Amino acid sequence: MSHATEGAPALSKVHRVLSVNGENHEVAFDPRKTLLEVLREDMLLTGTKHGCELGECGACTVLIDGEPKLSCLVLGLESDGVDIRTIEGLAQPDVPHALQTAYGELGASQCGYCSPGFLMNASALLARDTNPSREAIVEELGGNICRCTGYLKILEAVELAAQRLRDGTAANGGSDV
Amino acid sequence: MMRLPTFRYTAPKTAAEVAEILAGEGPQASIVAGGTDLYPNMKRRHQTPKTLVSLRHVEELRGVQLNGAVSIGSNETLSDLEDNAALKAKLPALWTAVQSISTPQLRNMGTIGGNVCLDTRCNYYNQTWEWRRAIDFCMKCDGETCWVAPSSDICWAVNSSDTVPVMIALGATFTLISTRGERTIPALEMFGEDGIDYLTKQPDEVLTRIDIPDQGSAKSVYRKVRRRGSFDFPVAAVAARVEMDGDEVKAASIILNAVGPKPVVCETAVDAILGKKLTDEVIEEAAKLAGKGAKPLDNTDHISMWRKKVVVVETKRALEALAQ
Amino acid sequence: MSDSSPTSENGKDLTPEQQGLRDQLAEGYNLIGKSPLKVDGMAKAMGQTQFADDLSMPRMLHCKLLRSHVAYAKILSIDTSKAEALPGVVKVITGECMPIPFGILPVSQDEHSLCFDKVRFVGDPVAAVAAIDEATAYEAMQLIDVEYEKLDPVFDPTKALQNREEPLHDYGDDGNVHKRVSMEFGDVEQGLAEADLVLEDTMFFEGNTHLPMEQHASLAFREADGRLTIMSSTQTPHYLHKAMSKVLEMPPSRVRVIATPNGGGFGGKSDPFNHEMCVAKLALLTGRPVKVALTREEVFYCHRGRHPTLMNIKTGFKKDGAMTGMHFQSLLDGGGYGSYGVASTYYTGALQTVTYKIPKYRFDGVRCFTNKPPCGPKRGHGTPQPRFALEVQLDKAAVALGIDPADIRKNHLHPAGGITANWLKVGSMGLGACIDAVVEASGWKDKWGKLPPGKGVGLACSSYISGAGLPIYWNAMPHSGVTVQLDRGGGVAVFCGETEIGQGSDTVLAMCVAEVLGVGLTDIRLTVADTHTTPVDLGSYSSRVTMMMGNAAFQGAERAREIVAKAVSKKLEIPSVRLRFADNKIFDVQDPENWIPFAKGVQIAEAKFGTIAVAGSYTPPVTPGKYRGAGVGPSPAYSYSAAVIQVDVDQETGDVDVEKIWVAHDIGQSINEILVIGQVEGGVYMGLGEAIMEEMTYRPNRFGVHKIPSMLEYKSPTTHEMPPIDTFIIRDPDPNGPFGAKEVGQGPLLPIMPGVANAVFDAVGVRVDEIPVTPDKVLKAMNSKTKRYGPTKYPDLKITDTVRIKTLEEGGDGTAPRPAKKQKEVTS
Ligand SMILES: Cc1cc2nc3c(=O)[nH]c(=O)nc-3n(C[C@H](O)[C@H](O)[C@H](O)COP(=O)(O)OP(=O)(O)OC[C@H]3O[C@@H](n4cnc5c(N)ncnc54)[C@H](O)[C@@H]3O)c2cc1C
Ligand code: SF4
Ligand code: FES
Ligand code: FES
Repeated sequence: MSHATEGAPALSKVHRVLSVNGENHEVAFDPRKTLLEVLREDMLLTGTKHGCELGECGACTVLIDGEPKLSCLVLGLESDGVDIRTIEGLAQPDVPHALQTAYGELGASQCGYCSPGFLMNASALLARDTNPSREAIVEELGGNICRCTGYLKILEAVELAAQRLRDGTAANGGSDV
Repeated sequence: MMRLPTFRYTAPKTAAEVAEILAGEGPQASIVAGGTDLYPNMKRRHQTPKTLVSLRHVEELRGVQLNGAVSIGSNETLSDLEDNAALKAKLPALWTAVQSISTPQLRNMGTIGGNVCLDTRCNYYNQTWEWRRAIDFCMKCDGETCWVAPSSDICWAVNSSDTVPVMIALGATFTLISTRGERTIPALEMFGEDGIDYLTKQPDEVLTRIDIPDQGSAKSVYRKVRRRGSFDFPVAAVAARVEMDGDEVKAASIILNAVGPKPVVCETAVDAILGKKLTDEVIEEAAKLAGKGAKPLDNTDHISMWRKKVVVVETKRALEALAQ
Repeated sequence: MSDSSPTSENGKDLTPEQQGLRDQLAEGYNLIGKSPLKVDGMAKAMGQTQFADDLSMPRMLHCKLLRSHVAYAKILSIDTSKAEALPGVVKVITGECMPIPFGILPVSQDEHSLCFDKVRFVGDPVAAVAAIDEATAYEAMQLIDVEYEKLDPVFDPTKALQNREEPLHDYGDDGNVHKRVSMEFGDVEQGLAEADLVLEDTMFFEGNTHLPMEQHASLAFREADGRLTIMSSTQTPHYLHKAMSKVLEMPPSRVRVIATPNGGGFGGKSDPFNHEMCVAKLALLTGRPVKVALTREEVFYCHRGRHPTLMNIKTGFKKDGAMTGMHFQSLLDGGGYGSYGVASTYYTGALQTVTYKIPKYRFDGVRCFTNKPPCGPKRGHGTPQPRFALEVQLDKAAVALGIDPADIRKNHLHPAGGITANWLKVGSMGLGACIDAVVEASGWKDKWGKLPPGKGVGLACSSYISGAGLPIYWNAMPHSGVTVQLDRGGGVAVFCGETEIGQGSDTVLAMCVAEVLGVGLTDIRLTVADTHTTPVDLGSYSSRVTMMMGNAAFQGAERAREIVAKAVSKKLEIPSVRLRFADNKIFDVQDPENWIPFAKGVQIAEAKFGTIAVAGSYTPPVTPGKYRGAGVGPSPAYSYSAAVIQVDVDQETGDVDVEKIWVAHDIGQSINEILVIGQVEGGVYMGLGEAIMEEMTYRPNRFGVHKIPSMLEYKSPTTHEMPPIDTFIIRDPDPNGPFGAKEVGQGPLLPIMPGVANAVFDAVGVRVDEIPVTPDKVLKAMNSKTKRYGPTKYPDLKITDTVRIKTLEEGGDGTAPRPAKKQKEVTS
């Protein structure tokens, strides 16, 4: 790459190779698009949701180099050369992530619209710390809004998943993340 | 879906290149660091820069040096600062301010430089183009009138940065570079009187570094008022620093933010504690004086009269914490 | 279900197969009351659920609506030429292309797909663009010129009461009054005269909104044969189907509505919407799929949320706390259109009577049109406001009479099975048990009035309908239908028009069928919410789905089971009554080793009777009230809730920290226990937001703009604000509910707002008679002489004709005397 990445003016698409869920994809997209739009519209990875597109809800959270970030405030143009993980890549091919199983069991998804954002955020937390305190989970998930659950089942699901990861009873801790 | 307007994107590798591009493009260009302030503003069409100059590859603007003094690269992310245990131990007030910003995800993205240069906020302004059209826009952007204070000839949009008041209280300096050279200014000098020209930084200047002098035995605190435990900008904030000589105050600084376009330096309140013991009465008096400097208007969350009252309470609590 | 097995039900003799099922259920449930995995739970946790905006189709166009930037104006002209000329724009439409009005209620057909005469609030849509992408559609939208002639807007219902020039609509009761009702049950004056204590309070409940995380979206396309299909985030596909067929002037059989799983609804997606009509029309005109996905700001303009309501409540109490009579008045700020508003108005007066005995009751309600986004049904529909007023006033009465607030409630509960003053039939009534549970768990008796200054506890109760007894448009057909189709492999296909909005209705449907047929949840395949393939279910509103769909599912499954049981009984020579369906087997209860797989049973039955596809349906029981207005309030069953809330009030700032909530809910019988708890916690969360921070406010002096239409500034509590909750489920099976179940989706929200206000009083001795209870109000009350914050004046509602209905105790029969002469004209 030259010292400056040039974005073409509107409408003519740019081509980039994006690493999403461990696979390289060559994607052509409108250079004005955020990663959220590129994922959903140009890669049909609609698991990543949106509730505001202004950084105010957390629904669009994905992992970028392992850190939860808001895909609505990252440009597609800024997304090459990094490792992007979305909800579609959280499970192993054969088993769901411990968080996903716990989510299902505790009914932590009601409408489920906020779930991908919460799960990506929580997966980064558990990748760092498999024994987070309730306060740490509250703090970490404070960047996601859920209108259905009142959060309690979500917090419990994170704790249940953490417990299983510690006990080694979880099928998938998402260790490749 | 809220979408961005058209722009050209560049991502140079050095600060000097950034300065060069800015000099070449003029005020139509804008630096973008984390983008957490700029991109929402662009989506709402507050700013429509022709060229974005990203700091994402500028490694030299990262990093923290802790000797006696602390030097922070402008492009350091907020969460890197939050995770910096040495910084937390050395400058707990700054750490508190950083940790209170927005949300964990946003702190993974936002930078300290962006936080210093954060656009002023107003709930007549932080609205979509369609919304602002209904009020025929306002003075800060695309319009004539200030809807907060229609007879005012300045804009009252609020400086809502959490770290700025702490930096001023701690005596920080900012270093700016441009093709014209480098300059270092006391933090307070960075900020203008009005919500439109809220920064004295010139459009071609890059903020490179924030330097905070050795605090010696001085203690400081930061207190933020907001509706919710995350997401929310401050609606009133107090940073206070005192240096004691025995049990008397030798030096002090009390800075308010989020109550007007510019951080407020509470000189009379400081005068009221200098050379005194921090007794309840002294604190009470100083807090009242500090409250006089706050002129919150109805353009943020919460009722402005209430914000004015809590400034006094929060100043009192800040000083009480320092008195211990 | 009771343990004694009836041999007849509702006077009808049971068949041996039905009797066998009753016995099977009496022996214990396989699934009901347990917490099997939600049927859509894993898909949601894997990000696989397809919400409306996740859909896309080849050649799809994107739609943007141009919305009015003025609050009230006549439209003089609309020039779309610049927009049409923009490359990438395929079609621009304006109001004339869909002149037929619509609205959710037959009495309020006052909305147009796009305004063509007037705009009535900032955000009212006037034109729609379809373009190759959303960015182009947005740009084109900005190029449309609309010439307006501004009219004098009205933002305040007390002013709207007076303002009769240029009313928003040319229908309604008079001027800007959309609806005025006045009903008296028994002689309230006399009741108040008999009281030892009469309290009169004026209170205000600010509006708030649903804020579903998913912004509304719809995708419409024209099929090759000319049919129209729309997939939309709607809670009421059936009503959308009716409205759309009317507006598009297409027979219902040619319009297909599919409700996608809703990313939250809470009542906000229960109306037919402009954007749905527009994409449908654009799809028909362009022959291409058209999608619209609203921005967050537009969702605020769709609104249909809580009506801001000013209330006056006057109640008489005996020394022991018994109520002698109540006069309740409400003034609802309706916003720009009718929506559910007539029903909302009645609801502010309907359910006061089902919790405690109120022998004489009068209700006056008025709803005004104002130049703001329309209000409508939000979780609790019309009842949280009066419930707040009632429960706070009860707290005041308890204090005045020196009675513990828990006792004043418990000692005067409405009897189970009784009929209220306003002719609602109460079924099972578990409120006493709810109160006991929260009083005991919270340590109420040691806390109330006894905590240190700044800390306090508050108690409040509530009730909610388990489904509206009457449909939205008058008809005698079932409210819910379920088709059950058995396949030879042992799978069960279930079809129902119900709509999953996160409340768990898919799971309830599957569980009801699986319980009866003794199969696993994974053997059930659901097809739901599709007007072309599923029997009608009226929609996910009024907490009706478990009650009505559950009963329909039970009946459908029972009929399917009956066919199988008959055939198997013959083949294996076991009497039907002895057959049990469990664990995917059919066995003889007297000889459990004698069994065949369920699939085998289906094969035997199919060989004997042919393909097995049967339907069940449900129509609620007839209600005792026969007077005009009696349609709002009746329900097959009422749920009950009680909550104790503990707060810590910052005495210097007025900030209220809710530390802990104990809540008990009388569910009748849980279908899925963990989903019930989830609904309770979610309801409490939403109530907490309403209680302390959420408000939908405007700037009347700044052109009537919405103050804060964003996720950041409309304050929805985060994980940080959510206190721990102890939830208690009270089981008191209701004879009308499927397996005895009642609602849980809305009820548990209701006690939170009054509970917080009452706790604040216990903590700092002040009354905030207004929701939300924000720190500035608490502080103002603390610094005031009256130790109160709240409205002081209640306007004259100009009631001239009150309908008087005798209560049951007075020997009434539920009817109103015929009015001597219709007095339409109102004198002021
Ligand atoms: C929902 C939400 C909540 C938030 N809450 C808070 C809060 O509570 N407190 C708070 O303080 N902030 C808050 N923010 C604002 C923002 O996230 C932070 O202030 C953040 O630190 C901004 O940094 P950034 O790198 O993302 O800035 P950017 O958006 O990249 O830049 C912001 C501005 O600074 C300029 N700039 C950035 N770096 C430099 C540089 N090195 N030299 C010169 N100019 C530069 C840019 O040109 C731009 O004008 C919030 C934002 C959102 C979306
Ligand atoms: S303070 Fe006045 S000029 Fe400034 S942004 Fe707000 S309304 Fe506009
Ligand atoms: S969509 Fe990104 S934070 Fe809301
Ligand atoms: S489950 Fe619906 S928003 Fe969280």
